[in-house]
Amino acid sequence: MRKLGHIGTHLVLLFFTLLFLVPFYVMVRNALATDVEITAFDWVWFPRVIQWKNFTDLFTDPFVPMGRGFLNSAVITMLTTTFQTAFACMAGYALARIPYKNRNLVLGLVLSTMMIPGDALFVPSFALVARLGWVNTFQGLIVPGLFSAFNTFMFRQHFLDFPQELEEAARMDGLAYFGVFRRIVIPNSWGIITALGSLTMVGSWNSFLWPLVIGQSRNWWTVQVNLAVYLTAQVVRLRLIFAGALLGALPMLIAFFFLQRFIAEGVARTGIKG
Amino acid sequence: MLIGTTQSAMNAQTRQIAARRRRLRTTLEFWGMAGPLVLGLLIFTFVPLIWGFMISLHDSRGTINLAKFVGFENYQYLLANPEFLKSLGVVIQFAIFIVPTTFALSLFLAVLVDNAAFAKGFFRSVFFVPTAISYVIASMIWRMSIFNGLPYGLANAFLWIFEVAPISWIGTVKPPWYWLVLVTVRLWLQVGFYMILFIAGMQSIPAELYEAARVDGAASKWTLFWRITFPLLRNTSVFVLLINIIHAFNAFAEFFNILGGTFATGGLLSLARPPLVYLYQIALSSQEYGRGTAGAFILAALIILATLIQTRISGGLGKESY
Repeated sequence: MRKLGHIGTHLVLLFFTLLFLVPFYVMVRNALATDVEITAFDWVWFPRVIQWKNFTDLFTDPFVPMGRGFLNSAVITMLTTTFQTAFACMAGYALARIPYKNRNLVLGLVLSTMMIPGDALFVPSFALVARLGWVNTFQGLIVPGLFSAFNTFMFRQHFLDFPQELEEAARMDGLAYFGVFRRIVIPNSWGIITALGSLTMVGSWNSFLWPLVIGQSRNWWTVQVNLAVYLTAQVVRLRLIFAGALLGALPMLIAFFFLQRFIAEGVARTGIKG
Repeated sequence: MLIGTTQSAMNAQTRQIAARRRRLRTTLEFWGMAGPLVLGLLIFTFVPLIWGFMISLHDSRGTINLAKFVGFENYQYLLANPEFLKSLGVVIQFAIFIVPTTFALSLFLAVLVDNAAFAKGFFRSVFFVPTAISYVIASMIWRMSIFNGLPYGLANAFLWIFEVAPISWIGTVKPPWYWLVLVTVRLWLQVGFYMILFIAGMQSIPAELYEAARVDGAASKWTLFWRITFPLLRNTSVFVLLINIIHAFNAFAEFFNILGGTFATGGLLSLARPPLVYLYQIALSSQEYGRGTAGAFILAALIILATLIQTRISGGLGKESY
């Protein structure tokens, strides 16, 4: 009976596994096939000859500036991840440990912004950024996304649980708060930094609405915007569209492969502390 | 005697100065570390709220500056505009479809993965990995390959085995198959994320509770789930619902990319256009910023209202910690 239950569980799991892998399979098959193979009436399971030239054709297709798109996305993602994590981490520490008299007021202010649904208010944010003259600039694409109240809150919760004796010993030795933070706290917090940083990175690389609104001219399109434009092109080039999709997905898939443990931990933390 | 008092007064004074200096130092150290974040939040969260609200009270078209003051006319216009009201209806309908299905499927997968006797990590990864894929890329796969409505699309090729004629998944109104396309793409993308939350919640339930229940005669896994696991996942459940509802109301990318033409012009968006796509069209394509900002505030109010109702119904986050 127990054994039967196990077999049942695994059969259902296997079914969902296949279902969840189908989109990946379709993407990879199409990216490596010819248009004839993709549109064949009888399903072609795998391309007869792998079409590596789909990838080179993608970058020489004048319809979308793919190379520039990858450069834009890489710059935006790297800067956003680095600075958003750094700002949130520092502020989280200050809010957890530095006994400044208005600390709770500042904490309340930060937490109150978590109530505001950010995406819904993209038009007001656009109005400000346009007013600053930041449309079609890296600052417009990056700077408004560097301040995460949520990550700050997560870091604060983590630092509250940090063993205080270690920090106090360092304070006795005359270190300032920032010194304690840099020498004692950071070296012992790489787990949560990687976890929250990875989530920020994936979110930044995959974001669509803000880059679409701010990066309006071709040169400022990110990978996602390029793909969205490609998707609705008048002349549909299926093999190139999917070569683009595969390349666009690859960086985060690779990151997932190496960082999955941290990312999952980061997600799990959000639930418990949120 | 006299010298002594002066000296102790001087001591008190130096102590006071030292204390003030320490406080100043603490203040400086605090702002040195929290300053960048707080300043950034003020500029990029609070300023848009104030500036955007002012624009929403003006007839600002083709300009992001304040044009003629019109009071709440933009709000009145939108709340009487059938297109905008329809978009609110669309997103409510979408929330009704996506929130329960996401909740049920992610909890179901979490239970299965947690109960797997082997390859637990593998199954968990398979369901979690779509989280790494963007809405744009998933929309491409759904629109151009799986549900493209042509005979060579995967869904139709599969149904052909059972001699079902090709279905136009995205283009038909009756039956509205496009909902199936829109709901499945989001399910695939987000279910793994919520599954991880549920698994984390389950793993923090003490094993003794299950032991105790077994001693009390609750034998089957089914009973154990409903008596122990599910009630103790209350906090996680409330959190999952909350995030899920907010995300549903902010739906944009899959509608834009599955139904839309280039830059959301034309296409099939008339079938189901959520508010963010509508606002994108009036603010970015038609440059009606006054109405666009007004619509943003109406939507934000609706989201806050929906989350408040949800928290009220579920009685808020419980105090119990598991």
